Formats: sequence, structure tokens, C-alpha cells
Amino acid sequence: MRNNHNKKECGPKGKRLITFTAAINEALIECMEKDPGVFVMGLGAPDPKGVFGTTLGLQKRFGTGRVFDMPISENAMTGVAIGAAISGMRPVMAHQRADFVLMAMDQIVNSAAKWHYMYGGQASVPLTIRTVVGRGWGQGPQHSQNFQALFAQVPGLKVVAPTTPCEAKGLLTASIEENNPVIFVEHRWLSNQMGDVPEGYYSMPLGKANVMRKGSDITVVASMDMALEAMVVADGLLSSGISVEVVNLRTVKPLDAETILGSVAKTGRLVVMDSSWYEFGVSAEIAAVVAEKGFDSLKAKVRRLGLPSVPTPTSPALAGHYYPSEADICLAIGDVLGVRLNPRKLGFKDVVGDVPDEYFKGPF
Amino acid sequence: MTASFEVKSLSILNEKGEADETLMPSLPDDDIKRIFELMVLSRTFDEAALSLQREGRIGTYASMLGQEASQIGSALAFEKSDWIFPSFREMAVYITMGYPMYMLLQYWSGDERGARAPAGLNIFPVCVPVGTQIPHAVGASMAAKYKGDKAVACCYFGDGGTSKGDFHEGLNMAGVFKLPVVFICQNNQWAISVPRRRQSASKTLSQKAYSYGFEGIQVDGNDVFAVYKATSEAVRKARGGGGPTLIECFTYRMSDHTTADDSSKYRSNEEVESWKPKDPLLRLKLFMEKKGLWNEQYQKGVEEKSKTAVEQAIRKAESLSPPEPADMFRYALKSPTPRQAKEMEDF
Ligand SMILES: Cc1ncc(C[n+]2csc(CCOP(=O)(O)OP(=O)(O)O)c2C)c(N)n1
Ligand SMILES: [Mg+2]
Repeated sequence: MRNNHNKKECGPKGKRLITFTAAINEALIECMEKDPGVFVMGLGAPDPKGVFGTTLGLQKRFGTGRVFDMPISENAMTGVAIGAAISGMRPVMAHQRADFVLMAMDQIVNSAAKWHYMYGGQASVPLTIRTVVGRGWGQGPQHSQNFQALFAQVPGLKVVAPTTPCEAKGLLTASIEENNPVIFVEHRWLSNQMGDVPEGYYSMPLGKANVMRKGSDITVVASMDMALEAMVVADGLLSSGISVEVVNLRTVKPLDAETILGSVAKTGRLVVMDSSWYEFGVSAEIAAVVAEKGFDSLKAKVRRLGLPSVPTPTSPALAGHYYPSEADICLAIGDVLGVRLNPRKLGFKDVVGDVPDEYFKGPF
Repeated sequence: MTASFEVKSLSILNEKGEADETLMPSLPDDDIKRIFELMVLSRTFDEAALSLQREGRIGTYASMLGQEASQIGSALAFEKSDWIFPSFREMAVYITMGYPMYMLLQYWSGDERGARAPAGLNIFPVCVPVGTQIPHAVGASMAAKYKGDKAVACCYFGDGGTSKGDFHEGLNMAGVFKLPVVFICQNNQWAISVPRRRQSASKTLSQKAYSYGFEGIQVDGNDVFAVYKATSEAVRKARGGGGPTLIECFTYRMSDHTTADDSSKYRSNEEVESWKPKDPLLRLKLFMEKKGLWNEQYQKGVEEKSKTAVEQAIRKAESLSPPEPADMFRYALKSPTPRQAKEMEDF
């Protein structure tokens, strides 16, 4: 990520700059201190790397009864978490790779998401499933997938996708407080991003998007890594007299249609960016909502940007062309605005790097 | 009804290089030398891969150091036409089966073209999601049985892999259908930072086979003769219609989990040191020396030959041009959807 916009952009005003990773860690600590029913489990949860640093120190602080590793049994582990959740606990499960959550799809979709409904509201499943999405660094087809749309399609699940450290803390707290199962998506490229994070326990509402940057000519809706990319391009387009409004989703589901429609009502133009495959993706849902409910404000076609419908390549030679680049975003904006923009002249990169920043030390 | 079983174990070659002649498989001297040479070659490859990773010339790599006997001893028991399903640490299995080393390096550098097995070799690519290859091997053995050919299937996985539902469900089906498949569990005592005892409360992993109705055996995984003998017998049984076998190779992961791991943070140096005298190469060398099959000059020659072969593989791997960006569209589907075809065209 080129610039660090988080300083300017955060919910409640704080005065501390900490990383996204540290913010997650803080949320876990504060939730565990507040509620003895919260416990943390998952492959690698107490190990020296601590799920990319997010669970470091937890076992020492809360003991092996509340922070523990698991045999390699993702599916059973999820069932176990559901069993604990319906008997009054608030489990937080950590997955170092979103890809391996697929092993637990039946438990998530057929049990966790259905419990409250099928038992007539008698019991709900207050379970938080943290899923880390990788990108670049040779992660390849099975270490990089973002299944936000897959989960968002299932009734009974909520899907949260923070961008800034402040959101990471506030939204994770809200997810743990939530009485329904939540899929909490953490993008690996945000780990080292610094941002202003208030001290102490707080939560941010699920289902509320955030206008990350005000603008008047065009709306870009994005989340996570793509929200930060959108900010870079929005900055770079100022010199061309183009004012971009960036809406950061924060939660995929419930989707904050109101904020999106409000922005489009103002700008009349929309580009939707997807941190996953665009085909049948979250961006498709957003474009559909705007077409249905905001059609009258649209002055031009809607554009989507996301990953092409192919598995993630491992080779950097291919991965550099797989993720939308700054130049792609610039061109899409130009296309919707009906102006010819020259991304290269504007200083936008047309190949995506393989690591987010120089601090990135890779996966496990 | 009562059921009883005995947990079988096998070890032939001890740390001092002494073999139990009553158990020794019949191996001509040339075969013993070939085993030794494969072990040196694999270790040379492994060391080279680790240094290539440090130099940023390949990506994350999972070393097989210490597991050479488990991998080579077992792989030698299979034919090229058998179906081999490795996990991700089995580079010595690939090398033993005759997979070109330059392609292994190509794969680890992130170029998926390195995962295309050469014609005539039924070995599958590295499997990343732990244990998911187990049902695949069961399926291949089911197909072999159905087609009536004499191929058997073989599946490699770790101690960690035995915790997966895939393990239980796969082995259960193999037992029910009495399929020609050999399961090889390399129990290297660790699954990243999780020790073996936190993976399963079972005393041995091999005993799990009995709950699926077939035999299991725990072998000294650093004893290449024991691994070879147990696997050969399992293969013979499978080919003859006798059904599956689970072989637990009791060994040790001498290296970090991968190049992105630091095992000194979670296991003691004493533990690692205690496994050094058990080294599979060392004991084979001592055995061969006693038999007059090994001397310093032979060692030098084998090392030279291995070094040259690995250097050649590196040169070849690095001389390949990177894949074309449009390649990523090429293999997503056997026949692309119209939208994909358009994406590829627009690219
Ligand atoms: C389903 C799944 N869960 C988690 C992981 C992450 N992971 C990669 S290797 C590994 C440990 C595997 O241990 P083991 O089966 O003993 O094999 P070894 O690494 O020791 O060869 C884990 C947990 C994965 N690849 N797949
Ligand atoms: Mg292991």
C-alpha cells in the first residue's frame, strides 16, 4: 500500500497510532476481560507467531483454558464452537487462511447460520469466525481466497470487513458482542497499516459504511485493501480536477445501502471495487442495489473492478496482473466519467506489487 | 463380540548401522547403493532449496531433512504406474519416482508449470489443504480396482493430517471397499508448532487402522530398510486384493516447518539434538561401511554427482522464461466460459 490514509480516517477520535494487528489484539484482550464467556481457539492461536501477531500474549494473560490450539480439524472445531456458543459461551475462532474455513462450510451454513431460525429463536450462535485473506507473496490459489460473497449469500450470517485499525478494533468487538454468527474478514495486507485507535473498550455498529473521503464527481465503493487503493487513486486524481468520494463498506452484510445510495445521489456516478472475484460478487450486489433503488440518480453506466474469474496465480509474474492496479482503477473512473485519463502520466502504477510494504515479512 | 489387535512395529537397522539379518529385505548391493545415493541427492537438493529461498530465488519451501528414509524407502516400493498422492514435504518421494528436479524448483518458485508431472509418471502435485489428498488416493484406488488394472494408490500425510475428517472418512471407505491403497503417515512429531501429543490421544497413529478394519504398522521412519520392507509388503498385499494398510513412519522433522517458520521458538534444542544420532543417512552409511560398500572416496563421488545434478537443475529452472500473464486464464476451466474468454481476449 502506497500511502497510509488511516491517520486521517478513523471513527472515534483517538490519539494513538497502532497497527491493524495490534488493534485486533487489543479488541480480543478487552473483550476477554469484559466477558468471561469469550474464548479464543484455532490452529496456531497460542503459537509464537500468534495468527500473524493478533493473538500474541493472550494465552499468557488468560491461560490455556481460554486460549488454545486445536488439532487440524477445522470442521469439528467449528461444530465444537457452535456447541459452546449455544451453551452460553462466545467463542472466537481464528483461521490463518480463509481458504481452510471451507472445511467447515457445513457447520457454518447448515448449523451456525440456521440455529436461531430452526429452533424458533430459542437459541442463537454468538460465534465469531476470523478469516485472514492473503495476497501476493506466492500465496497462490489456496492461500489467498476471499469468500465474502459466499458467506454473505447465506441467510443467518453477518460478514464484516474492516479497513482501518480503528475499525478493526471496533468492529471485532461488535462482532464478538453480536448474537449471530459473524464471519470477520481480515486482509493480510492491512496487518502493518498504522492508524489512530482509541484506548479502551468500544464497538462500532455493524451495517454502517463510512464515507472515507468526500467527493462530488464520482463514488467509489470499496473495502479493505481495495479501499486503500481507491484512496491512493482519489488523491492522484485531484490534480486532474476530479473529485472522488470513497465509501468504505466496513460491513459487507448487513450492507449499508443508505450510505451508498446517498453518495450516488450526490455524484451520479459509481465504480464498485471488489476484494474478491467480481463475478457474482459483493460488487454485483452493490451495483444491483444502485440499479434498483438509485437508478434515477445515475448519470452513467456503473463499473465493477475485481479479480477475474480464475484462481489466484502463485507466480509474481502473473499475480501482478491479477489484482486491479491503480491504473485499472483510474481508467475505470475515467470510463464512467467519460474522460480520457492517462494513468502513467498521473503516476499510477499499472502492475501490482507482490507485498504491501517494506515491513511485510510474509506469511507463516 | 470382542475385538483384539496388536500394534505392530518394525525396525531393522539401528543407529549403529547394525541390521537385524532375520528381518532384512533382500536387496542386492547395487540397490543399497542406489538408496544411499538417492538419500544424498535428496539432501543435496533440500540444502540447495533452502539456500535458494534465503537468496530470494524461490518462495517458501518445506524441508524434508531427517525424513529421507521414510520418503525414499517407501517410494522405492512403488511402480511408476502406481498413483502417488504426496502432501507438500515429499521432495525425496518425487526425486525417487524420477520427477525432474528442475521442475520441483520451478514449482517452489511459484511457477505452476512445474507441477505438471511428466508423461508416464502418476505422481500428483503438492497438496496444500492438509489431508484433503487422502480421499483422492482412495478414489484412485477405487478406479484402479474398477478398471481391473494392477495399479495401487499411495497417499502421504503427516501426523497432523490424521486429525482431519478426510483421514477418518477416507480410511473408513478404503476399509469398507477393501481397496488397493497404502497410507503412509510420516509422523515427524510436529505439525507446525503443535506437538504430536496434542494432535491425538492415541498411543500410536498406526493403531487407528484397526478401527477401519485393516492393518496398521509403526515403523522406525529413520530406518530405510524397515520402511522399504513394510511398504513393499503393503504394496504386495494391495496388488493381490488384500486391501489397504496404514504405515506410520516414526521420524522427526529436523528442519523448521517451512522457511517462514522459526521452530526454536517452540521446541527445545535438546529435543532436536537427541534426534541427530538417529539420522537415517548416518546409519545407512555405517551399515554400508561394515559391508565394504562405503568409503571416503565413494562418499566424495556421490556428493560430487549429486551437487552437479542439483546445480544443473537450478540452472535449468532459472533459465526458463516466466509464465505469460495471459497464462492465468488458460487453465481455469477446460473450456472457458464466454466471459472468461472475453477477459482473456481483453487482457
Ligand atoms: C486444512 C488445513 N488447515 C491448516 C493448514 C495450515 N497448515 C499447513 S501445514 C500444517 C501442519 C501439518 O502438519 P503435519 O500433517 O504433521 O505435516 P508436516 O508439516 O509435519 O509434514 C498446517 C496446520 C492447512 N494447510 N490445511
Ligand atoms: Mg508432522
